[in-house]
Amino acid sequence: MADDTDWKIMISFLDFEKPIAELEARIAELRATADGSDLDIESEIDKLAKKSAGMLETTYAKLSPWQKTQVARHPQRPHFVDYLRLIFTDFVALAGDRTYGEDAAIIGGLATLDGRKVMVIGHEKGHDTATRIKHNFGMAKPEGYRKAIRLMEMASKFGLPVVTLVDTAGAFPGVEAEERGQSEAIARSTEACLALGVPMVAVIVGEGGSGGAVAIAAANTVLMLEHSVYSVISPEGASSILWRTPDKAADAATAMKVTAQDLLGLKVIDGIVPEPIGGAHRDPTATARALADAVGRELDALGRLSGADLIRQREERFLAIGSL
Amino acid sequence: MSWLDKVRNSISSLAKRDTPDELWMKCASCGEMLFIKEFEANLSVCPKCEHHGRIGAKARFDLLLDTGYTVLPTPKVPENPLNFRDTKKYPDRLKAARATNPYPDALTNAYGAVNGAKAVLGVQDFKFMGGSMGMAVGEAFVAGVEKAIAENCAYVIVTAAGGARMQEGILSLMQMPKTTVATRRLAAAGLPYIVVLTDPTTGGVTASYAMLGDVQIAEPGALIGFAGQRVIQDTIREKLPDGFQRAEYLHAHGMVDMVVHRKDLKDTLATLLGYLARKEVA
Repeated sequence: MADDTDWKIMISFLDFEKPIAELEARIAELRATADGSDLDIESEIDKLAKKSAGMLETTYAKLSPWQKTQVARHPQRPHFVDYLRLIFTDFVALAGDRTYGEDAAIIGGLATLDGRKVMVIGHEKGHDTATRIKHNFGMAKPEGYRKAIRLMEMASKFGLPVVTLVDTAGAFPGVEAEERGQSEAIARSTEACLALGVPMVAVIVGEGGSGGAVAIAAANTVLMLEHSVYSVISPEGASSILWRTPDKAADAATAMKVTAQDLLGLKVIDGIVPEPIGGAHRDPTATARALADAVGRELDALGRLSGADLIRQREERFLAIGSL
Repeated sequence: MSWLDKVRNSISSLAKRDTPDELWMKCASCGEMLFIKEFEANLSVCPKCEHHGRIGAKARFDLLLDTGYTVLPTPKVPENPLNFRDTKKYPDRLKAARATNPYPDALTNAYGAVNGAKAVLGVQDFKFMGGSMGMAVGEAFVAGVEKAIAENCAYVIVTAAGGARMQEGILSLMQMPKTTVATRRLAAAGLPYIVVLTDPTTGGVTASYAMLGDVQIAEPGALIGFAGQRVIQDTIREKLPDGFQRAEYLHAHGMVDMVVHRKDLKDTLATLLGYLARKEVA
């Protein structure tokens, strides 16, 4: 990304951004013909750019739940590896579950966040064909969750707070995953979160897909990026099961209340990390900074609680959901 | 309505007689025609192929608990906080399920004894919206565990569920950590947690309390898994192995301790409780 102009051309637009895409294409065309001497063209470019920015702002101010789902899945949305590069330092990757294998769908290790030593764990989806295959599109197998358990227990042993970044369509649905105990691994990982005697902050940064997400998100504080989604089943899955057609995903997304704004209202999450106008993928650096600041604040607040209080707070937090 | 039914219904003394449809059923597995009363007397297990049919909470309590057990009240939870509707409104689905089921939601607890060993027994009923785990199931699970802690006894859960209740969205997903808080508290009290997996147990239920037992028992042939078979098949595009996600398959892969025939279930539980129950302090 050499400069702002190149970067905008590289952005892949979502369906609902078509009017903005057309404007941007027109601007790019004008820029290509302009040599800087024609003041009319320059002012036209300026006008169109302002219009485009305005459209982007209004579009993103009122995204529907289904549109947010698309933004949360945007191929250029920053992922775990981007946050690792942008806000964490001195990262030491820790690999393997000591039982079966190393699952690159979940990455974890020791890291420093603005001077705070932490254990960071999260899903990684990959950003191109090769890395998507390597990371299995962020869909973890039992060994991924068992690695997460191992790292959480290590964090607790050495007094390191745990930060998790959640971004998965769900745990991997496959024969081998079932044979090696996908359910048990997820259940134990959730249990490991609840047992931590250190602060734990989870952030849904993209998709929070069902049990595969909650397994590393049963935290003291759960945050969501502004345009991320978190749900019990994908809108497509709910559409095919409840409506018996694949075409009702948008309705399902609305009905299930998958957005950060909805979930804050339901007290399922504790806060929303704002994204730049046009979504995290339009400015990964600013997004990562906002995320680091929010996580840091939460860690500092939780750091004042004892281990026993942290466990109690986490328990009460989840016991309250669904209680009258 | 056939002419015979018309005649029969017009004669009041004959009107309530069982029709052949209500006397016989086909085994869901081998297709054998079974006399319903005989099938039920055989614990809803097919005498020909040993297929374990699905049974409800009341039948489970009678099967596993000594006479004189107490059914515990189902805790009240917020109803329809998402104001959910798919092709039907969620409250209408609840109403329909309640009209045809004896208990107000999919998980019901009873306090009693298993061959004299006291226990709280929770049973999930697949007939109630597929046994699905919503807030009422989560809250009932927690209440069952709390009762076990108060009575200083084991909690035994008989699971049956397609998974989380989608009509409650994220709130159903949150029952996974919620129920896990309860199993942790039971463990901290040193009390046994025994899971009996019955057909079917899948999705978020399997991925939380159904897999956290000190001892994991499965009924023969029960479908037990995380992901649905169609989803897996669509992902891998291969034929699934024989017996995949069945109780025996899970046993072979180390996921359950034992596969136990329904007729032996009560004695098995009693033996386990005898070993694991909290020793009385002298």
